[in-house]
Order: sequence, then structure tokens, then C-alpha cells
Amino acid sequence: MKNFCYIACLFFAFQMMVAHTIHVGNPYPLKNIRKAIAQSKDGDTIIVHKGLYREGNIVINKKIVFWGQGYPVLDARKKGEVLSIKADSVVVKGFKIINSGFAALDDPCGIKVYNRSFVRILNNKLDNNFFGIYLQNCNNCEVKGNIIISHGTEEQLIGNGIHCWKSNNLQIIANTISGHRDGIYFEFVANSVIWRNISTKNIRYGLHFMFSNDDSYITNLFKNNGAGVAVMFSKSVKMINNTFEENWGDSAYGLLLKEIADGYIFNNKFIKNTSGIYMEGTSRMKVEKNDFISNGWGMKIQASCMENEILNNNFLKNTFDISTNGSLVLNTFNSNYWDKYEGYDLNKDGVGDVPYHPLSLFAVLTEKNTSTMLLYRSFMITLLDKSEKVLPSITPDNFVDKTPLMKSLPL
Amino acid sequence: MNRIIKIILLDILKNKIVLAYTLILAVLSWSSFALEDNSAKGILTVLNVILFTVPLVSILFSTIYLYNSSEFIELLLSQPIKRKKIWLSLFFGLSLAMVLAFFIGAGIPLLVNSPDSVGVMMLIVGCLISIVFVALAFLSSIMTRDKAKGIGIAIMTWLYFALLFDGIVLFLLFQFSDYPIENAMVGITALSPIDLARIQILLHLDVSAMMGYTGAIFKDFFGTTVGLTVSFLLLCLWVAVPFFISLRKFNRKDL
Repeated sequence: MKNFCYIACLFFAFQMMVAHTIHVGNPYPLKNIRKAIAQSKDGDTIIVHKGLYREGNIVINKKIVFWGQGYPVLDARKKGEVLSIKADSVVVKGFKIINSGFAALDDPCGIKVYNRSFVRILNNKLDNNFFGIYLQNCNNCEVKGNIIISHGTEEQLIGNGIHCWKSNNLQIIANTISGHRDGIYFEFVANSVIWRNISTKNIRYGLHFMFSNDDSYITNLFKNNGAGVAVMFSKSVKMINNTFEENWGDSAYGLLLKEIADGYIFNNKFIKNTSGIYMEGTSRMKVEKNDFISNGWGMKIQASCMENEILNNNFLKNTFDISTNGSLVLNTFNSNYWDKYEGYDLNKDGVGDVPYHPLSLFAVLTEKNTSTMLLYRSFMITLLDKSEKVLPSITPDNFVDKTPLMKSLPL
Repeated sequence: MNRIIKIILLDILKNKIVLAYTLILAVLSWSSFALEDNSAKGILTVLNVILFTVPLVSILFSTIYLYNSSEFIELLLSQPIKRKKIWLSLFFGLSLAMVLAFFIGAGIPLLVNSPDSVGVMMLIVGCLISIVFVALAFLSSIMTRDKAKGIGIAIMTWLYFALLFDGIVLFLLFQFSDYPIENAMVGITALSPIDLARIQILLHLDVSAMMGYTGAIFKDFFGTTVGLTVSFLLLCLWVAVPFFISLRKFNRKDL
């Protein structure tokens, strides 16, 4: 009897919990998403079927699963925001969200989450929005598998692809972003991970960190962005296994580090950037096992950097491996492979016997007077460079790798 | 004319110096490409060959050859052949020999190991540089009848373009660094065939660095089709002008 009571209670509870599914769009009678949301209760699922829905701003203020089938199109017709999420634990999945308004004052978005937790935004396609996905003061949210495209031409006239502000514990996974101002933008975001995203052809940065501590970004591709990737005013950011490619221009960098500390840069590839890494006011960073290939400048380390450790990297086919703007050197270089190294290894332990000075005279000259680039690879410059290598007089002599490797590391 | 070119080519082949030059170029290029696992070092070696060895050998060999064949030229002049024809055939014969030597020695390894825009560009530029310095040799050898003086002029010309000119440019760059001289510098490079060649190759080889601020100015000019055409026309001008001055002198010279 007692058991029966329990089972009855459980059954009753289960009955209470049963969520409803509401269908919207053909062939179902309900055609209006707003009405469906008004009818729904916490825990319901709204399935939106294929079609064009021009309902302006749609606000989700209940804990529901909002599920598009066959990519139904939500079109705001250039007026305001498309989808606003104002409830916890909402799931938005499989929509095509287009044409948010364009305004500088209230930043209209494709999808915006207001001060919520556990929201999941999955597999949506966003096209031609001012901001793509905007997480404002959110915790434990997930943005995964979205394709975010816009067609910005000027920095002032377009927002960011994924914009996160004052949030915690976010997961930004496997999104594809192009044509926005910054691909992914983090401001005051902590303990978050950015993983397997592809950020290309954005007007400013592929990824931009401001005041965001204890985050990691892993296995992302940043290609062809206006100015590469910027990590500024942040602490303990881990950058692992990313590819930074073809970020070309005078102030374009594969990776721009400004006023940051205690980070870890491991196993990344910097290919064909004007500058692979640019460091300014950076301290206690460890740069380990990265590939610098075919960059104009492998690393530009300004004299304001200190206690950075650069070890076990490959420098291949760069025009200049390292460049700096002063004579103060407070960083260490150890056991890197430099393809311009011309020393020997008598005891065959794989480590060159002659220390390598990675800073060439010509790199110093171009830093002082950029026009000298015109004379690069001229025979006279090569001659000057060679004599400087033997007897350093202009370049700081403590800019040195005492244990250069003879063979490149297999990375 | 064809017959004279043929005679000259055969004579140069018999001479064996050009064969040795071809062989040295080939050994240098093949070994530097084979030495490293990436082609970058090989390309740099060939670049240095183009900017340094090719001009030196072209100008020196051609000058000495012209002086040594003065008797042959006099013999030809006694025949009913126009002076212009003789001088032109000599020029074509020598240019063809130098271009062939460069193509076989350095061009083939270049095309095999780096079959992209860099390789093709270096090949074309190398051939053009060979012809430019043959033309300069014609000018220096017609300037004076004295062999030692003529060879001296040739060496000076080479030294000026290979080394001194860049020194002067570097000096100017630092003297006028407070002024916006980038565009003027683009103009100044036209004054040296070696610099023209170097910048064309640089734009393909160091494209990432060339996208920086100043680089972008050069890229804007030399990198466009217009710039490319202009710099090739300038190189051709470097062939045509010295040669036609020498031709004028040869036509009027009392031999």
C-alpha cells in the first residue's frame, strides 16, 4: 500500500511535469510565433516550421525550447532587434535570423540575451544583422554551431559577430563568423572558453579581448581579418592550437598583445601575417612550441615587455624573425629553431654551439626608418648585416638565444 | 645577320668560359636547393646570383669578348655589311649566350624547385638583367680603345650598380627621413636596373612584410599591373638606351 502511494505520487508529479509541444507554421493552424510564446508555459517546446516570419521583435520570456525546423526565417525588416531572450534556460535552435536594424545607440542584434543563465543558442544562421549574438551579463551560456555573416564595409557601421559583456562561464564553440567588425568580442568575461571557431574577413579583429581574465581560446582559425586578433588588458588568457593566417596591413597583427600578463601561448601557427605576434606592455607570458612561418615580422617585442619566455618555437621563412624598438631586453629566448642560424654543432647534441642573435641590423634600421624596406635583400645590406652579426654594435647584444636548435621541431 | 650570330655563338661556345659559367650556376643552384628542406634558402641563393654574379659575369665577359674580337669586327667591316647589322648581331649573339647560360644554369633548377610566381618572376628578371649588363658592356667597350681602361669602366659600372648605388640610397633615406620621400624613392629605384629587379622579386618573395605601411606604397606602385609593366619597360629601356648610344658611337667611329 505504501509503495502504491509512492508510485501514485510519482505518477502525479510526472503528470504535472509533462511539457507541451506547440507547432507554428504550415501545416498547423497556428501561424504566429508571438501568439505561440504567449500560449506557452515554462518547459514547453515551440516547434517553428519552415517559412518566412516577419513579426518584428520576438521576445522569449519563458523557459522554453524554441526550435526551428528547416531553418524558418525570422526577418526584422531592418527595424530593431530580431530575437530577445529574457528567461533562463532557453534553447534557440535551427533558425535563420536576418535583417536586424542598424543603429549606433541601442545596438540591435540578431539574438540578444539579457542578464540570464543557462541559455543555449545552437545551429542558427544569422545574416545581415548589426550585431550577431549578444550576451549581456550572462552566466553558463553556450553558443554553438552558428553561422554568422554580415556585409560590413566600415568599422563604425557594423557590430560584432558574437559580443559578450560582463559574463561568466561561457562556451563559444564551432561558430563561423565573417564580415562583422570583430568576429568575437569579449569584455569583462571570465572563465570562458572559445573553441573551434572560424573567424574570417572581419573588418577589425577576428577575436578581441578587453578586460577578460582566465579565459582560453583553443583550435580556432583567424584568417584575413582587418587587424588579426587582439588580446588587451587581460590576465591569464590561454591561447592554444590556433591558426593566425594572412592578416595583412601596416597595423595588422596575427596576434596583438597589449597590457596583458600571465598568459600562455602554446602550439599556435602564425602564417603569412605582416607581424606574427606584436607585444606591448606584456609581462610573464610563456610562448612555447609555436610555428612562425612566412611572416613579415615573426615577433615584434617592444621594449616595454618584461619577463616573457620564448622557447621551443620554429621560425621559418620570415622576413624578420624578431624586431624591437629599444635596447632594453628583459625577455628570454631559449631553444628555438631559427632558419637563419648559421652556427655549428660539434658535439652533435642538436643544440648549436654558437649563440644566435635573432635581431638583425636591418630590422633595427627599418624600425627607425620604415622606408629602408626598399633596400631589403640588397647586397650591401646583407654585408652590413653579416658584419653586425659578428660584432654587434647597434643591436642589443643581450638579445640572444644561447641554445638555438639545429633542426626544426616537429610541431 | 643570322649567319654572323651563328658564328659568334659558336665562337663563344668554343671559348668554354660560358660553359664553365653555366656549370657553376647549375652546381650552385642545385646544391642550394637540395641542401635545405624548404626552398627558401635556394631561392635566396639564386636571388644573390641574379643580383651579384649575373651582372658581373655578363658585363666583364662581354667587354673582354668585344675587345678580343676587334680584329674579327674589322674583318667584317671590310665586307659589304652595314655597321648596324654587325653591332646588332654581336649584341644578339652575346645576349643569347648569357641568357642561355643563366636559363640552363639557374633557370631550370628554379623552375623545378619553385614552380610558382616567384620562380617565374626570378627567371624573367634574371634574363633581363643578363641582357642589360651585356648592353652596358657594349657601351663601356666603345667608350675607349684602351682595353684595360674599358674593362676598368665595366668593373666600375658593376660596382656602382651592385654596391654603391644602394649605399647612396641608404644615405639619402636617413638624411631625408623627416620628409615624405617614399614616392620619390620609388622614382629613384628606376635609376638602377639591379634595384628594379630586386624590388620586383621582393614583392613576390616577402609579400607579408611588403604589406606594411611603406611596403604598401611600393606594393601599390610595383605590385599593380601598371607598376609591373612600367618596371619591365624601364628594364627594357636599360637595355635599349646604352645599346643605342653604343650603336651611334660605333657607326661614327673611325676604326
